[in-house]
Amino acid sequence: MEYVNPEGLRLDGRRPMEMRQIRAEIGVVSRADGSASFEMGNTKVIAAVYGPREVQNRSQQINDQALVRCEYSMANFSTGDRRRKNKGDRRSTEISLVIRQTMEACILTHLMPRSQIDIFVQVLQADGGTRSACINAATLALADAGIPMRDLVTSCSAGYLNSTPLLDLNYLEDSAGGPDVTVGILPKLDKVTLLQMDAKLPIDTFETVMQLAVEGCKAVESYIREILLENTKKLEIRRGA
Amino acid sequence: MRGVQLPFSNTQKLRYERALAQLESLSSKVNTNATVIVADTIPVDEDGALKGHGTLDMGKNVVATVCGVVERVNKLVYVRSLRARYKPEIGDIIVGRVIEVAPKRWRLEINFSQDAVLMLSSMNLPDGIQRRRTAIDELNMRTIFVENDVICAEVRGFQHDGSLHLQARSQKYGKLERGRLLTIPPYLVKRRKQHFHHLDQYGVDLILGCNGFIWIGEHVEVKDAMVEDQVNKSDPENAHSGSLPDSSEEPTSTPPETRQYICRIANAITVFAALDFMVTLEGVIEMVNLSLSLNLGVDEMLNAEFHVQVAEKEAERRSTLTKRR
Repeated sequence: MEYVNPEGLRLDGRRPMEMRQIRAEIGVVSRADGSASFEMGNTKVIAAVYGPREVQNRSQQINDQALVRCEYSMANFSTGDRRRKNKGDRRSTEISLVIRQTMEACILTHLMPRSQIDIFVQVLQADGGTRSACINAATLALADAGIPMRDLVTSCSAGYLNSTPLLDLNYLEDSAGGPDVTVGILPKLDKVTLLQMDAKLPIDTFETVMQLAVEGCKAVESYIREILLENTKKLEIRRGA
Repeated sequence: MRGVQLPFSNTQKLRYERALAQLESLSSKVNTNATVIVADTIPVDEDGALKGHGTLDMGKNVVATVCGVVERVNKLVYVRSLRARYKPEIGDIIVGRVIEVAPKRWRLEINFSQDAVLMLSSMNLPDGIQRRRTAIDELNMRTIFVENDVICAEVRGFQHDGSLHLQARSQKYGKLERGRLLTIPPYLVKRRKQHFHHLDQYGVDLILGCNGFIWIGEHVEVKDAMVEDQVNKSDPENAHSGSLPDSSEEPTSTPPETRQYICRIANAITVFAALDFMVTLEGVIEMVNLSLSLNLGVDEMLNAEFHVQVAEKEAERRSTLTKRR
């Protein structure tokens, strides 16, 4: 199948290095300590953060740092064919773990000993790149909850189809079976916290693809910062002197 | 959804936006560009600056770890976060809910990162006697507080193991009954000299807990425990039965007017919280009086119109404050 046509446009009309439209909103879950929704094109996820709060399972309590937990789930209506997914299947367990590890790397857990932070992410619409969208939403939700962090983690994916590096794959491109590189970075520290790929790529191609994904992460970062700053300013104004 | 989610009519929307714009113009005069978000670099002039909460030393520069406002006190630089869970300080008056009765202590949920502990020994016994707590007292702990009771107490301090201890060594602390608990974000309650308020005109007690738990209940007179104490001393056998709250004397039901006032105050606070405004006693009373003068029903206070009016009042109040300066 042709994923990039001779004019250099992708199936959804984007250029290879173009991202989908991103949109974020803070404070979408009223009962949560912090929450956010994040959209990348047709992918839409929602994240809620609870905590730091008392550890529910005493045996899991860590005496010098906070316990970070993450639960990823997909809504039944999120995919094209409606199907009931049982909680805790391989895929969602794996993604939960990935998100947890990525977020744990940036949260200053030692400041909140003997407590627990719960991150719940749910995919409302899946159109490729749910992993990245979940991480971005979780970052926003954590920042909203006022949890101290080293840096904002942002994530973006990139692929390689028809011998062209493509930024931010959608569902069709994702299911083409080509390589899908998901990268998560700490932009300020310029460090990589997440790198996943489930295919083979020659090393020189891989570097260009990864570079592209990192560029995508930086674009997401600047957008997230904008949203956060706007939200912080709003809170400050409402509160008054 | 947090914040105001109401069907505004066009005029209401305009008025609401105008009030918010006014608030914005008022605060922009005061604040500088001190707003930071996570991972923003904080400009620090001299080398000897002390890095406080919400900051992280990254070798060359100082970086914020939370979203908030940079505050500078002499050499100290810290970030005041705008949204977070409750952070206890010694002496805070808080309202909490008992979640567990454990040996010699109660565990309380207070919206902190851990549960607070109220030791049996750090509270006054209901009969007011000062003595060592015995095993019998420990067995009778459920006569004082049981699970799900709402309690008012004071933060005593952090124990060396990091747990938070409370105390309730006065008659004004203790179990709260016949009223309503309201949970708002803790950052909307400012620490003040007075957190217990008796609203005489409504016959209502208002406790603004520093942890964002707000108690609105029927007024109770703080009884002098020493008088009862003398009676009980004559027969130590009955000390415990005498210590139980004597329900026969007190009226068992709250009059409907008081209930309405409780709900009115609760709704006023709910509106303040929805608009993200600071909750103060003066503000709440003003809004309750406003709703009374407008002849609004208790339920109508949660309508869009009242939200708009509260926003307008707040803008007005703040503008007069800045003028006076």
